[in-house]
Amino acid sequence: MAEVKKDLLYAESHEWVQVEDNVATIGISDYAQDQLGDIVYAEAMEVDTEVEVEDALGSVESVKMASDIYSPVAGKIIAANTDLEDEPEQINDDPYGSWFVKIEMSDPADLDKLLSADAYEKFIEGE
Amino acid sequence: MKGYLPVDREQRTEMLADVGLDIDELFASVPQDLRLRQKDFSYLARAGLSEMEVRREVTGLADKNISINDYDCYLGAGIYDHFTPAAIGHLIQRQEFLTAYTPYQAEISQGTLQAIFEWQSYICRLTGMDVANSSMYDGASAAAESMLLAVRAKRKSDKVWISGGLNPEYLQTIKTYLHAAGLEVEIGKLNSEGKTSDMPTEKGYAAFLVQSPNFYGIVEDLEAFAQAAHEADALAAASCDPISLALLKRPGDLDFDIVTGEAQALGIAPSFGGPALGYMAVTQKLMRQIPGRLAGETVDSNGKTAYVLTIQAREQHIRREKATSNICTNQALLATAATIYLALNGRSGLRDVAEQSAAKAIYLRDKLVETGLFTPLYDSPYFREFALKPAADLDLTKLNRELLKQGIIGGLVLPENAWLLAVTEKKNKAQLDHLVEAVTAIAGGEVS
Amino acid sequence: MYKDTKLIFEYTTKTKPNRLIAPLDVEKADLASFFGSDYREELPDIPDIDEVTVVRHYTNLSAKNYGVETGTYPLGSCTMKYNPKINEDMASLPGFAMTHPLQPEETVQGNLELLYLLEQNFCDIFGMDRFTFQPSAGAHGEQTGLLLIKAYHDDRGDDKRKVMIVPDSAHGTNPASAAMAGYEVREVSSDERGLVDIDALREVLGDDVAGLMLTNPNTLGLFERDIEQITKLVHDCGGLVYYDGANANAILMQTRPGDMGFDVVHLNVHKTFSTPHGGGGPGAGPVGCKEFLASYLPRPTVVKRDGHYTLDYDMPKSVGKVRAYTGSFGILVRAYAYVLSNGAEGLKEVSEGAVANARYILERVRSVYKAASDEPSMHEFVISGIPQKESCGCSTLDIAKRLIDYGFHPPTVYFPLIVPEAMMVEPTETESRADLDAFADALLQIAEEAKTNPELLHEAPHNAPISRPDEVRAAREPKLKA
Repeated sequence: MAEVKKDLLYAESHEWVQVEDNVATIGISDYAQDQLGDIVYAEAMEVDTEVEVEDALGSVESVKMASDIYSPVAGKIIAANTDLEDEPEQINDDPYGSWFVKIEMSDPADLDKLLSADAYEKFIEGE
Repeated sequence: MKGYLPVDREQRTEMLADVGLDIDELFASVPQDLRLRQKDFSYLARAGLSEMEVRREVTGLADKNISINDYDCYLGAGIYDHFTPAAIGHLIQRQEFLTAYTPYQAEISQGTLQAIFEWQSYICRLTGMDVANSSMYDGASAAAESMLLAVRAKRKSDKVWISGGLNPEYLQTIKTYLHAAGLEVEIGKLNSEGKTSDMPTEKGYAAFLVQSPNFYGIVEDLEAFAQAAHEADALAAASCDPISLALLKRPGDLDFDIVTGEAQALGIAPSFGGPALGYMAVTQKLMRQIPGRLAGETVDSNGKTAYVLTIQAREQHIRREKATSNICTNQALLATAATIYLALNGRSGLRDVAEQSAAKAIYLRDKLVETGLFTPLYDSPYFREFALKPAADLDLTKLNRELLKQGIIGGLVLPENAWLLAVTEKKNKAQLDHLVEAVTAIAGGEVS
Repeated sequence: MYKDTKLIFEYTTKTKPNRLIAPLDVEKADLASFFGSDYREELPDIPDIDEVTVVRHYTNLSAKNYGVETGTYPLGSCTMKYNPKINEDMASLPGFAMTHPLQPEETVQGNLELLYLLEQNFCDIFGMDRFTFQPSAGAHGEQTGLLLIKAYHDDRGDDKRKVMIVPDSAHGTNPASAAMAGYEVREVSSDERGLVDIDALREVLGDDVAGLMLTNPNTLGLFERDIEQITKLVHDCGGLVYYDGANANAILMQTRPGDMGFDVVHLNVHKTFSTPHGGGGPGAGPVGCKEFLASYLPRPTVVKRDGHYTLDYDMPKSVGKVRAYTGSFGILVRAYAYVLSNGAEGLKEVSEGAVANARYILERVRSVYKAASDEPSMHEFVISGIPQKESCGCSTLDIAKRLIDYGFHPPTVYFPLIVPEAMMVEPTETESRADLDAFADALLQIAEEAKTNPELLHEAPHNAPISRPDEVRAAREPKLKA
């Protein structure tokens, strides 16, 4: 059973969100990395890119699959994790410790539409 | 009837009955009103022919043609009559290369995969680029896809700039592909020397594309072109003939981002224009944007070197509508043939082919100009192909018609009333002199 | 017997050329001066190798490949039928192979006549009015066919039709081609039978829909019985219907897309019409259409005027070109020879043989492997390795790899995406009963092995030139050239 870290918020498209002040840090969940299999490539959008909810923040590739990372919140990307490009396997080993981007949110109310850890756990049980 | 079914109807009925199936129920899920009851058609014959009859009929059609084996042909314009070594045909007719399909099961496809890996390597060496794919349909569609690649990579722009020296068939293909995607194509104009010098200086283009040698055979200034593209924040793309790359500076050494071209010249028969062999090569940076298949080297579970299709996640079968392209089946067998061509020729052979083609083209053009009947359309260095302007009273169409009666297929008559001729290593001096004599005799110039 | 092979670049057996071309007999030109700064002093960075070494190298490479003539090759959706040798002979006739696309038309009447006759034959076989031969592969054909649909709507001034509907079971090239044609893709789901869900289709149709792409039989090998209703629904909302001909082998001379209500079709001649697959091409993807779409076809088309064949470029509404010249002519010669060899009766027997062979294998294995649908399948069927995965921990991949040890090429695996642990089996009509039984027996035996000795499957193949390659490493550290 995939691990669901408790103090984070989640999107149904399997991104996790950690919020500090007005900044949302985003990565993909343990369930997502497990579905993908060995990750061979990961890429994040550039700093300063403005995004709406559900815009692509980047993508992640395994041997058999490729997925876009969808933004759970709207705002501006203020940091992108370039380490992921060199060591994409980090995402498999430590999904909650591997972040893609940090976003300065334009509307914190976006967070209300996300799932709590418990709700996300129930959601993936149903999948 | 020549059929290839090892099972006849009687055996089929029996076989199905053995597992409880009724042969008459095989098509039960097709609604009755859709069942084809027509037995006679306008063209499709009712019965098939024996192999002997097929041979006779189809050979009969081939016999209605004049081939470039029988006549001296001076047509080029993208498809060239280079010498094809015999070994190629024999090797690619081996069923293991010929009849296999996509090498998804790497363990039993190492032949195809390694051949493709070698093809990719050869293309990188010829072009000076970092990554080449397993092939594209032809040079025209490869050029079009290179523009789509540029737009994808640049993300912010929706137009490309194309040199006026591109093969018109390529231009039309690029327009069809790009208009479908809602993108704009701007086309330049060659200068009085037959070269590209009108590259835009303003930004907003995803890429600039040049063909070298261009449609008129003229060698373009690739270095200046790439510089202009980068200064305008556009990707630099080129369409280059692979034989020319044995003799001329490589686009990869001149800072190009994408190189495509038509590799039919590498031992593939002209075959009325197809099947052909497109190639595409890019810089390391654009590796994940390249369409089509990539064969990569790895090891198997015993540590043995092995080849696999790799980075497939960008392809249609995984990414679907977000794929880099829809390309699936490409020209793998012909890429294998071209690889064998390059292996048989090696550096010495390929250079020889290129040098002879260049020298013979120069020889012919000089001789034709000396007759007084022609002047060069453009006065710049050319590789293997050149365009001539006829004297005022010389009708090119009539000239070609008369030449045909003498066993010569003349050059392409261009809309601007010029004659585009290609010369490869296959022509010998006697043939070239014969053309000059024939032209002179028909048009009344001076033979030297 | 497999010999280990180096890479071609690892040989340096000689330093002189193989004397393939005659020595230069005109004046040697000073090319360095002629080309000036564009001249490259250095020779190309490719090795000189003697012919014997080259021929052995590629011969030994070929020995590591499995082809249709090695044995049964039941790759679903690929129609790996026997490639007749007469077709190869015909395509390589110098009268065809040594013609240049820009030759004066009077010198290539044989080529033009062949294209014309092939077009008419295809029209008869598929119930269409015109065909273009420019597309060089199935996906290329899809793209071209969709461009015809686009041109049709644009010409009518209907520019809000931006959506193309594609079933969730569709081959990946369908949505990818739709995207290349500038369409937004909207999926329609399959019902429990595995067929297009008519109610779901009604929901996704609207006046923003340009058309629907379908293959029939679908990727599960099932005939869409409601096809007439489907095409009518699409037409009623103003859209057109596109037939993906990848599975045409099932319906040759039994029924025709033109009669089912399709407006555009593409064929895969390297599947249905026996042209060789080449390790991944060249193939060809001719596109057929009803008369009302003919003016949009890529230019030129072949027409017959006063007993003479000519290329018609006067097509002002044409979508343009999707490649140079008229198409993969050499491949079409093979297809034409195949049509002549079969005739209507032969083609009908092809489809009957294809469906019979597939149904036979399915019946022999369905007690052990789970069929994806209870609906009767046609020329191919989909089974799931889920029972084996759940009871023995052996995946479809393991089963596929073990088939290699039994001397078979595996079926298509993990497609269609809507069936977990899918195996798509398409034997084609050119398999004998003995071949079919051997394949079915192998599948059953492997299912047994999965129970008693799963390691044998996990470690398979044991008898191939290589064992399982490390695909993760290949993707993480791409090495794409020597």
